[in-house]
Amino acid sequence: MNGAAVTESAMAPDPIAEHDLSEAEYRRAREILGRDPNLTELGIFAAMWSEHCSYKSSKKWLKRLPTEAPWVIQGPGENAGVVDIGDGQVAVFKIESHNHPSFIEPYQGAATGVGGILRDVFTMGARPIASLDCLRFGHPDHPKTRYLVAGVVAGIGGYGNCVGVPTVGGECTFHESYNGNILVNAMTVGLADADRIFRSKAGGAGNPVAYVGSKTGRDGIHGATMASAEFGDAAEEKRPTVQVGDPFTEKLLLEACLELMATDAIIAIQDMGAAGLTSSSFEMAGKGGMGMELDLDRVPRRETGMTPHEIMLSESQERMLMVLRRGREKEARRIFEKWEIDFAIVGRLTDTGRMVVRMNGDVAADLPIAPLADASPEYDRPWTAAAVPEQVKADSVEAPEDLGFDGVLDALRRLLASPDLASKRWVWEQYDYLVRGRTIQRPGGDAAVVRISGSRKALALSADCTPRYCAAFPRTGGAQAVAESWRNLTAAGARPLAITDCMNFGSPERPEIMGQFVECVEGMREACLALDFPVVSGNVSFYNETNGAAVQPTPVVGAVGVIDDIASMTTIALKGDGSALVLVGECRGHLGASLYLREIAGRTNGAPPPVDLEAERRNGDFVRRQISAGHVVSCHDVSDGGLLVAVAEMALASATPTGNMRGALLHLDDDPSPHALAFGEDQGRYVLEVAQDEADALMAAADAAGVPTRRIGRCGGAALTVNGEQTISLAVLRRNHEGWLPSYMAG
Amino acid sequence: MRAAVVIFPGSNRDVDVIDALAAVGGRQPIVVRHRDTELPDTDLIVLPGGFSHGDYLRSGAMAARAPVLSAVSACAKAGVPVLGICNGFQILTEAGLLPGALMANRDLKFVCRDVHLRVERADTPFTGRYAAGQVIRVPVAHHDGNYHSDADTLARIEGEGRVAFRYCTPEGHVKDAANPNGSINGIAGVYNAARNVLGLMPHPEDHVDGAQGCSDGRPMFESLVEHLS
Repeated sequence: MNGAAVTESAMAPDPIAEHDLSEAEYRRAREILGRDPNLTELGIFAAMWSEHCSYKSSKKWLKRLPTEAPWVIQGPGENAGVVDIGDGQVAVFKIESHNHPSFIEPYQGAATGVGGILRDVFTMGARPIASLDCLRFGHPDHPKTRYLVAGVVAGIGGYGNCVGVPTVGGECTFHESYNGNILVNAMTVGLADADRIFRSKAGGAGNPVAYVGSKTGRDGIHGATMASAEFGDAAEEKRPTVQVGDPFTEKLLLEACLELMATDAIIAIQDMGAAGLTSSSFEMAGKGGMGMELDLDRVPRRETGMTPHEIMLSESQERMLMVLRRGREKEARRIFEKWEIDFAIVGRLTDTGRMVVRMNGDVAADLPIAPLADASPEYDRPWTAAAVPEQVKADSVEAPEDLGFDGVLDALRRLLASPDLASKRWVWEQYDYLVRGRTIQRPGGDAAVVRISGSRKALALSADCTPRYCAAFPRTGGAQAVAESWRNLTAAGARPLAITDCMNFGSPERPEIMGQFVECVEGMREACLALDFPVVSGNVSFYNETNGAAVQPTPVVGAVGVIDDIASMTTIALKGDGSALVLVGECRGHLGASLYLREIAGRTNGAPPPVDLEAERRNGDFVRRQISAGHVVSCHDVSDGGLLVAVAEMALASATPTGNMRGALLHLDDDPSPHALAFGEDQGRYVLEVAQDEADALMAAADAAGVPTRRIGRCGGAALTVNGEQTISLAVLRRNHEGWLPSYMAG
Repeated sequence: MRAAVVIFPGSNRDVDVIDALAAVGGRQPIVVRHRDTELPDTDLIVLPGGFSHGDYLRSGAMAARAPVLSAVSACAKAGVPVLGICNGFQILTEAGLLPGALMANRDLKFVCRDVHLRVERADTPFTGRYAAGQVIRVPVAHHDGNYHSDADTLARIEGEGRVAFRYCTPEGHVKDAANPNGSINGIAGVYNAARNVLGLMPHPEDHVDGAQGCSDGRPMFESLVEHLS
């Protein structure tokens, strides 16, 4: 943070300040070396010990998350997590943030975020089959928001579309806490054979170290340390630390790597992500307990006069480092040359346990690997518990009529046109969500579904978080994020398998922010345990704050489930005429921290809805059984906005190519009030469309399983009708729902 | 049907069309690379979608100069059906095998959505299983799909009945609102003079199986199988 403590050293204070190493960390580096580090070594220490690379503030808590299950093949600690999906196949997935770069340079920041997560997945030997993106922007009225939305969306599309991986889902919401710190979280899911997974543990002294991919330039130097500090007023000046993406090279690199991976020439492979050559070389050698010699003169460069410091810390994109079996270099080189990708042997493994970096005949760095890779600092940061928020009683919240609305349906119209609930078609139509031809549920539903070719199977994918719940009470919000992603997969008929998490928070050096992190993790842990839903990979992004104003705590959960037979998949679109609508789960009309409260009543107070994990499990398992038994025509989970929003979304999703939609006639009783029933956000709930003559049997089965249900109405007409009195046409709802984002972006 | 799929660096909808050809034709197509100078004995040549050479100079421009294009061109002249989809269409126009050019979309944004197409004629190797005037639903996914040509060329291709498909409403009306990219006269695909070369921006190969939500693209591949049997 400052260089004052090192005046006794030979270093000028400035380089140390620039490297963002704390006083204590600098002392520790000197102890490890027994001398002062030179500039290159100092840069390596700072990168390896940055929050971004070392997880020094979060490690203690992340260890508490459950990471194991019989179907988990690889948990956290590799480039991505791996779960068994049967038939000798695995799903490989991870989510990662690219928040700081995307705020500074939205197109390239978001594009390279996609590039990085794709590499994390194909580094493991998997072919990427789908991506999802969770985006949080500032208030729509903030002067930068439009520009950031346009740039980020174009960047994600520009990269993913070109590589040819479909972007099938995600989220896009707005809140003033993100005004100075947007969140761009990208998730990729890949498919591999269980016996062809590649890892990063190096082995075999004398084996060659190969560099493949783009040439190294000066872009992205200090990216990892930038991502580990809050913004001040001069965020714009950090533009030079944002990398530039080249999706065409990524596509060739992907094909070349997968081709080489079909042989047994690779011992270990690691993507050059944050802190580039430094982190990839240290991690591979460190995991294998090896040493490494690197000859920087052999690193392909696209700029002249680069120093060892710059080469070691560059974050140029589309690069990989691999350890090959000795004697297989020619075979590997031939494949990369065929794909017109640079290939260079830049070093070899040793058994010294040291990293020796040479350039121009000099030793540029000579460092012990284990203390940097494994013995990075671990902080037990002080934290304060969040205050328990007051409960908002349902009968204390004004009805729409008292707030100037013409009944619940008029409030519904407004809600569906509010920024968080409005259709995000403007976003996802800029993404190619169909390439590869296997997308069988497109963006806009509960989960995206991608078919596994040559089988009846499919993967259901979702990425979710409700930051306003996390802000209101982090423990509940953390549990809710996990539960909602589990529910989304269940609603599509999938068996939830595992999650990846992207923890976006402010500065961990502030006890209240650290408290948000700790309590979100604890809530997630409880939900993961209750739902048998382990964490297999993830990423922590701290310092999402500007001038002391932090983002809402945003632990995004990316979830993967499997559908064993696509014939039993469900979608949210209403299908029948006259079929029954059955609500699964208990209704208490919880309006605290709800969208109704924020968008209609104009308040943001109250506790979030409680998450009863036993009921969540019971209800979800029941719904999944009913789906696989073929008793469910359509299904949607009830989340943001509550029951009436869920039913409206089901009706809007029923639109045929010619624009016809199927409506519903609903009954909402007075307990506690029609608007609390309509908009309460009680958890663990689903709306099922069921054939009239099967509804009684389904409800009896629910009763026997201890699952509450109630009939809320039936499908029919081209409107939503409540209690036979109020009606709103679906065409009007659709105009409101679809209209907001395009007109906002045109403004 | 023996089909060959030509892959350029950056092609990425090759798997989609290979799947469709294998599913409908019952035979795995042969893959040909951009540097190949000869084509295998083949009944059909397909240039798939993607971003050949990153679309870095101009969509399809660099691929159009690849060695394999001379062989494709020779086959086309000999009457072998050639199908260019999306980037494949861009390559065929850049190579001069089809008239016109594909410019950036009217609103300068990538667009991925289902569109409706009016099948202009049903007497070609690609459309025998459709009816003239039939409306089909297939997706588009492109940034540069805005078909344009000079007035003389346009008059010629319209006069010779070389427009293959036009963007239209579900009812078959060619209207601006149904046009996703600003293409002149709503043109989504064109033939060469002999009608054995077809280029189109939409992706029939992504709508061949009901699980994809629609199978309106399947008859195009069935038409080819029928024509070539």
